[in-house]
Amino acid sequence: MAGALLSDHPTGDLRLDRLVKRFGAFVAVDDVSLTVPKGSFFALLGPSGCGKTTTLRMIAGLEEPTAGSIHLGTLDITSAKPYRRPVNTVFQNYALFPHLDVFENVAFGLRRRRISRVREQVMAALDLVEMTHLARRRPAQLSGGQQQRIALARALVNQPRVLLLDEPLGALDLKLRRQMQLELKRIQVEVGITFVHVTHDQEEAMTMADTVAVMNQGRIEQFGPPTELYGAPRTTFVANFLGQSNLVPGRRVSGGGSHLIPVDCNGQTVLLPDDRCMTSADQVLVGVRPEKVHLLPAGMNPPTGHNRLVGGRVADASFTGVSTQYLVAMPWGQDLTVFAQNVGRGGPVPVGAAVTLGWEPEHTFGLEGETGTPAGRDARVTARMR
Amino acid sequence: MAFTTAARTGGPVPAPAPPSSRLPRSRTPYLLLLPGLVWLGLFFAVPVATLFSTSLQTRVPGGEIGEYTQTFRFANYLDTIGEYHVQFVRSFLYAGLATVLALLIAYPLAYYIAQRAGRWRNILLVLVVAPFYASFILRTIAWRQILGEEGPIVPVLRFLHLIPAGATVTASAVAVVAGLTYNFLPFMTLPLYASLERIDPRFIEAGGDLYANPFTTFRRVTLPLSMPGVVAGTLLTFIPAAGDYINATLLGRQPKTTMIGNVVESRFLRVVDYPTAATLSFLLMAAILVLVFGYVRRAGTEELV
Repeated sequence: MAGALLSDHPTGDLRLDRLVKRFGAFVAVDDVSLTVPKGSFFALLGPSGCGKTTTLRMIAGLEEPTAGSIHLGTLDITSAKPYRRPVNTVFQNYALFPHLDVFENVAFGLRRRRISRVREQVMAALDLVEMTHLARRRPAQLSGGQQQRIALARALVNQPRVLLLDEPLGALDLKLRRQMQLELKRIQVEVGITFVHVTHDQEEAMTMADTVAVMNQGRIEQFGPPTELYGAPRTTFVANFLGQSNLVPGRRVSGGGSHLIPVDCNGQTVLLPDDRCMTSADQVLVGVRPEKVHLLPAGMNPPTGHNRLVGGRVADASFTGVSTQYLVAMPWGQDLTVFAQNVGRGGPVPVGAAVTLGWEPEHTFGLEGETGTPAGRDARVTARMR
Repeated sequence: MAFTTAARTGGPVPAPAPPSSRLPRSRTPYLLLLPGLVWLGLFFAVPVATLFSTSLQTRVPGGEIGEYTQTFRFANYLDTIGEYHVQFVRSFLYAGLATVLALLIAYPLAYYIAQRAGRWRNILLVLVVAPFYASFILRTIAWRQILGEEGPIVPVLRFLHLIPAGATVTASAVAVVAGLTYNFLPFMTLPLYASLERIDPRFIEAGGDLYANPFTTFRRVTLPLSMPGVVAGTLLTFIPAAGDYINATLLGRQPKTTMIGNVVESRFLRVVDYPTAATLSFLLMAAILVLVFGYVRRAGTEELV
């Protein structure tokens, strides 16, 4: 029965249903349900300790779920031994066997399954990652980027139904990481295998994945295409972890147009599309991404119908080349962030200048006000520094 | 702006002068080597030379017992081999058996301590080393008691009819090999532990991920990665065991179990036949050297990381 797992070549989606993993009293994964469509590039994104790696290890069979189930198509693989699952892993730090050369590392899985034409398949896999010339090297003689490619070839050569990648680019320097991101995406499109990629790097997740699931404290906060997650975050954690957000506490007031909710933010009213508001409570956190906000000299008004916050004063301006990041101190004591593209029109706004902030209501999102602004912000900073 | 201009007109900063190649070489490394070299010279090179010289001596005709003169008689070696090859073979056989037994006992033990023991690890390691707190000879004498007529082992074996009614365990090859195995077990366990402890659990997980069941993962991943420990442990057990005479003296005590160490001891101290004792010692050294060299080459540990 169990042997059938490998030979039947089950196809279809990877489904996690109400998956729970406890280590003693600590709940690492808390009731996670997900469907990863066949052939998609799926990213599990979250800060360290959020349970993303534990989730991955349960899919690989390296960790036994406390509760819940894992299905691959129609097959239940919840408690199948790792060596009986049609799933392969690219481990963090690669875990290449140091006593075997590159060729034998890649051939390992094929030899265990007594598959014929090992040489042909290994060379094809090495060709895919452009490493055929290093077939007889030992892992210790390779650079980090080369080891990464070999680890990928070693997993892909087995043609798994699902490929799991556990922070595969974490050990590479920034430039190489960017290059490998594109390469991984290319390979995924080429082989058409479902990739489940675990990372704490939000940029990496957004660059590569079709679908991103943001995890926090063992739970999925939100999942969807990167543009959707970025444009309409559902929780403050997602708003702050995935890029930066300005979140202003406010209170719902009566009036407004057909689909726009007016919100009172410290005496100034802004509009929020009702389909982008995640709470029905009176307390609302009004959110807008820094690059969506325009800086206007005090006294000037944004076009009619735009949201507007007056009384700001530029507290800090940092020039980053392609854009300038302004920190604007608002009268109620909050600092809001504005990214202005350096397109050459108008000079930089000097520090100390009185300004008005304007943006389109469609770029506004509303979050539950209870949780407060900082959720996820610290997590993102730590994740970046790691 | 002013800074930029200044830097530009100033031209490139001159590179610091390369260190002169004529500097006198530091003598520190040689000074640091000196104590070790002196030690090796005084306590290894000189004795070996003396031993070699003694091995070529012959008895002074009509001289007193223990009186020998240098005659460069290389035939001493042929005589010794002719007379004692049985004990040589027996020594290597016993040492080999003890090494294999120690490996079979120590590997699971070291594996458990290194990979599974968790917080008990240090306590278990101390227990492995604990026998060293008692003297080697005392421990071997204790084994004579344990294996003797009054000890707990013999009555049990007799009761189970594993040995005939009148038979004993002491004064046999079994006792000597058991003693050797016991006495050198820590020398096997510790290097094995050191190499097993270093194996990243991810390699074992990777084996499972790549369709190897636990047994195959052990054979293809864990065992090859622990080879440095296996080689070190077997050498540390085999070499002293081959030259040991305490176990054969205390647990063997009969000609059938005499090892080469016993022959050297009796030739040297009782018969006062220095040249034969010296040739025996030299032959033992040479034989072990050849065996070890061949073994290490075959095991191919230098290829391991």
